[in-house]
Amino acid sequence: MTRKTFSRTRPYAAGHRQAFRASDLTQALGFLFLGACIAFALFFLGSILYFVIVRGAPAISWEFLTSVPRRAMTQGGVAPAIVGTFYLTLGAIAFALPLGLACAIYLTEYSPKTILVNIIRLSIANLAGIPSIVFGLFGFAVFVKVFGFGVSILSGSLTLGIMALPGIISASQEAILAVPQSYKEASLALGATHWQTIARVVLPSSLPGILTGVILNVGRVAGETAAILFTAATFYTRGYPNSIFSEVMALPYHIYALMTEGTHPESQTLIAYGSSLILLSLVLAVSALAIILRQRQRRVYGS
Amino acid sequence: MDRDVKISALNVNFYYGKTLTLKNISLDILRKKVTALIGPSGCGKSTFIRLLNRMNDLIPGARVEGQILLDGFDIYHPKTDVVSLRRRVGMVFQKPNPFPKSIFDNLAYGLTISGMRDKRFIEHKVIDSLKKAALYNEVKDRLHDNALMLSGGQQQRLCIARCLVVEPEVILFDEPAASLDPISTRKIEELILELKDEYTIAIVTHNMQQAARVSDFTAFMYLGELVEYGDTERIFTVPREKMTEEYLSGKFG
Repeated sequence: MTRKTFSRTRPYAAGHRQAFRASDLTQALGFLFLGACIAFALFFLGSILYFVIVRGAPAISWEFLTSVPRRAMTQGGVAPAIVGTFYLTLGAIAFALPLGLACAIYLTEYSPKTILVNIIRLSIANLAGIPSIVFGLFGFAVFVKVFGFGVSILSGSLTLGIMALPGIISASQEAILAVPQSYKEASLALGATHWQTIARVVLPSSLPGILTGVILNVGRVAGETAAILFTAATFYTRGYPNSIFSEVMALPYHIYALMTEGTHPESQTLIAYGSSLILLSLVLAVSALAIILRQRQRRVYGS
Repeated sequence: MDRDVKISALNVNFYYGKTLTLKNISLDILRKKVTALIGPSGCGKSTFIRLLNRMNDLIPGARVEGQILLDGFDIYHPKTDVVSLRRRVGMVFQKPNPFPKSIFDNLAYGLTISGMRDKRFIEHKVIDSLKKAALYNEVKDRLHDNALMLSGGQQQRLCIARCLVVEPEVILFDEPAASLDPISTRKIEELILELKDEYTIAIVTHNMQQAARVSDFTAFMYLGELVEYGDTERIFTVPREKMTEEYLSGKFG
């Protein structure tokens, strides 16, 4: 549509029929190809959403959201799993946000530009590529066993936090580097120290980017199964966790458990789809929150 | 001639890595006068002015030789406190660079970073500085709006006001009107002429007429060297160096 309008409004072509040109064809084919790629990608996203909603929606009810599983998890709700996932995610943020931010500040503002620092950067990038089951085993060996936290919210949160760390560090680094040098110069020229400049000019300006990075990465690990398999999650709890040393139910693991170890597939499959829908909604809600926060910050601090 | 020297550069060399960009510059900047640095792009005038509040410290691989004295004290002495130096020697940059904060907070920043908590004093100081920078009447009803909403010229006057809040002794202007329209430029120039009663001012400009309009002394630089320095009127009427004359008459630059 836009393309046609464009060619018709070329001033020299006004009132004349244009000759067919090879470049027009190439352009048309190019657009078609790119459009097809987008449609293809959207098709998968759409089908996943459709599939999960259609299969999961019948399971959703107030009772499903607020009650505990009953009768060997063939009836009742998934409330403990929702609560568990919430605690694990919160714990992961509490651990990974300060640590990731501190790392990013050090790497961008304080570290000397040496080979050692480049190796550190590279290592952080590589950390992101480690399979989650390896993180899970690490969490089990270190947090559960060596530190003696047991299979618990604490161990799971720390493991998930470590998984989110590389993403949070690189997103924060980018956000900090995107702060215009002119802001820093203005601050320093007024007699601010390096730290004051970071705390009062650089961080507020980069906050939207940092928050977005944190939320997206935490949203990603919230749906993680392998990392909490040995560190936090349990098949079934009667009630709700009462301390950070409690083991918990969590949505991703609950789905996994229902589908692999369930004894009554006919009723449990429905519960698994319902849980999937809730998990998906939670992750999307978290991403939406990130976008809203970012927009609000942008209004306050300019772009 | 009775010369009341505020800043004195003595045989200053400046290196970016191994490149020598300022060659043996010696120059006195007089108290409560406007000193203009002119010259074609790349002549080192901005580099020089940024030495005076040690902004070039931020550049990796930068190295300074020689001495720069502020009231007789070497600002590159290892024991010099850069933070207090920068409070004494303020700077206004080429592109207006207000913080993405409110107008009020932009000005209050210079006070709060030094630990000032007295709200009434801060407010008094903010308004006073806005008045000095001839901006108060335009913004008095929206002090808590984001400073980025202001026009370019207003932003630059805000930056001047922000600089005045910390009561510097010297203000360095690095091409302050380079990105502004003629009307805003005139306002900045008028402001500079008013400020020189209280402050020592150094201004870098690539605009010769601007130097002629606002400055008492002019230094002409070319390729990292100081070619000629003297009374603005004398430089513009009877330059001693052939190169100064050619630059001023537009033969190059």
